[in-house]
Amino acid sequence: MTPDIPPHRPFDSPTRLDGLRVAVTGGTSGLGRALVENLWQLGARVAFVARNAERVNEVAGQFSGTHGIAGDVSRREQTHAIALRITAALGGLDVLINNASSVGPLPLAPLADTATEDLQTAFDTNVIGPFRLTQALMGALGATAWQGRPALVINVSSDAGVEAYAGWGAYGASKAALSHMSRIWDEEVRAHRLRIHAFDPGDMNTPMHAAAVPDADPSTLKSPADAAREVVAIIDNARKTPAPVA
Amino acid sequence: MLVVDPRGHLYHASRRRLIEYLAPGDLLVANDAATIPASLSGYHEPTGDPLEVRLAGRTTLDTDDVRQFVAVLFGAGDHRMRTEDRPAPPHVGIGDVLRLGPLRATVLRLLGHSRFVALAFEAPVDRIWDALATHGKPIQYAHLVQPLRLQDVWTRIAARPAAFEAPSAGFVLDWTLLRALKNRGVLFATLTHAAGISSTGDHELDQRLPFDEPYSIPEHAVQAIEETQRRHGRIVALGTTVIRALEHSASQPGGLSPGPGLANQRIGPYTDLRVADAIITGTHEPGDSHYDVLRAFADDHLLGGVSSALERGDYRSHEFGDTMFVFKQVAHSVVGVRQGEGHLPEGGIAGAESTT
Repeated sequence: MTPDIPPHRPFDSPTRLDGLRVAVTGGTSGLGRALVENLWQLGARVAFVARNAERVNEVAGQFSGTHGIAGDVSRREQTHAIALRITAALGGLDVLINNASSVGPLPLAPLADTATEDLQTAFDTNVIGPFRLTQALMGALGATAWQGRPALVINVSSDAGVEAYAGWGAYGASKAALSHMSRIWDEEVRAHRLRIHAFDPGDMNTPMHAAAVPDADPSTLKSPADAAREVVAIIDNARKTPAPVA
Repeated sequence: MLVVDPRGHLYHASRRRLIEYLAPGDLLVANDAATIPASLSGYHEPTGDPLEVRLAGRTTLDTDDVRQFVAVLFGAGDHRMRTEDRPAPPHVGIGDVLRLGPLRATVLRLLGHSRFVALAFEAPVDRIWDALATHGKPIQYAHLVQPLRLQDVWTRIAARPAAFEAPSAGFVLDWTLLRALKNRGVLFATLTHAAGISSTGDHELDQRLPFDEPYSIPEHAVQAIEETQRRHGRIVALGTTVIRALEHSASQPGGLSPGPGLANQRIGPYTDLRVADAIITGTHEPGDSHYDVLRAFADDHLLGGVSSALERGDYRSHEFGDTMFVFKQVAHSVVGVRQGEGHLPEGGIAGAESTT
């Protein structure tokens, strides 16, 4: 995990995102927290969601000006309340990053031993949650797009949704669903200048990875900060891509 | 859906055929306000009496501007009782504290009616929104027993939280229709307007509806309107709230322009519409402020004919739902409904049926 260094704004950032309104789910740990930090450093206006209210307050306090929302994206009855708090905090939305993930049963289990409830949890968090939250925020993203600015959804996925890794059945199947859903959704809305993008960050040195693979060698894992920079590059790219001719 | 064309001809059509009544080069303008769960239950601190607060107005759409609202107060009970039958709220005075779940509100001003007050919330902005999102409930009425979820009162284009009740004409929109509009060359733009409450439960207070409603018109919408007007396309407003916003902005010095405003006017038979050529809206009762908006498009004689057509309990009416698409009348209204003339309204409608 990152050592205890107070956050700072670097002298020369590769790109600035001043005023860009970004929502991040799973924003208090791992890649999500790295995203909140990186976006905040680049001047974006950030709202983030996580389940643990104390951790939400801690992260919001550390990155002053970000909006922390305690909520569970896997709970259907919370979707629109979360969406409302996001658009209320930011006044609209330019980018939604569906990052909150469930790794499935722990310890990792073959599908033959996986409880249905654990499979369900993986799908609730990794597929249904992003599906519902994206739907609830389509109006806000659409408003951005119709006003001529790019609107983007980034769904954090995994190559476990592409390759067949034994023991990663629940997670892998859910990420495969998320990736394919992202592709289809993108087809359906790209004419409105609204894009949906599935992003594979690779194996990262995060609490989630450590819980799944406790004896992994951290030096072989990517830092969440590096993965966050890749996400920022995707966002930056989208902003620089000229609008299609109407 | 009942269509009233610019010459007063009436057409019944399935709501699914809405797209056929919009021509390439027309512009559809919708209200993208997301509905705030504006019903807050709690109690009056000085007396301990239960009450329900329904937030009903504010002066701007700024998401920081949540510390003050005007509100209508109700006594004990909830939406399952008809608003007119609800007991009176406790008598409140300036400075009284209302405890509404996690929120603490203070009565700032009394607004000339025992149930109409200005309130202030004392909490950081984020906390107020958190409390509204988690403790507030959508305003709803007795004809619908089932508690409404927030998702039930958001249209598919709901963006910023701004409306106190759903801008219900927007329920006709979905992403399939948005795609169809694009394919047909019909432009689409949104504005944000704080759609207000439809009933206070008190006849005297109802006369003051609609309250002042803040709105904001983006640059893109103004450009789309100007371009459409240049090309002689028609500006079609989806809902009475869009009319209120556009016509208020257009009536200001300098005419229609982007930015915020506060719609404080009444639209009615004497309104000279400067922007809208047509309105798509639900059916409304004569006497309510939504119905009055229709009177800017067509005279009472024609609207009477429309009411009759709707009331007739036509075998097709259940299929056609309760949507009206009314064009500004270009000439004196024509009484009743045409039969078999083969007249096509402007814009070209394939396969439209005149009513008999």
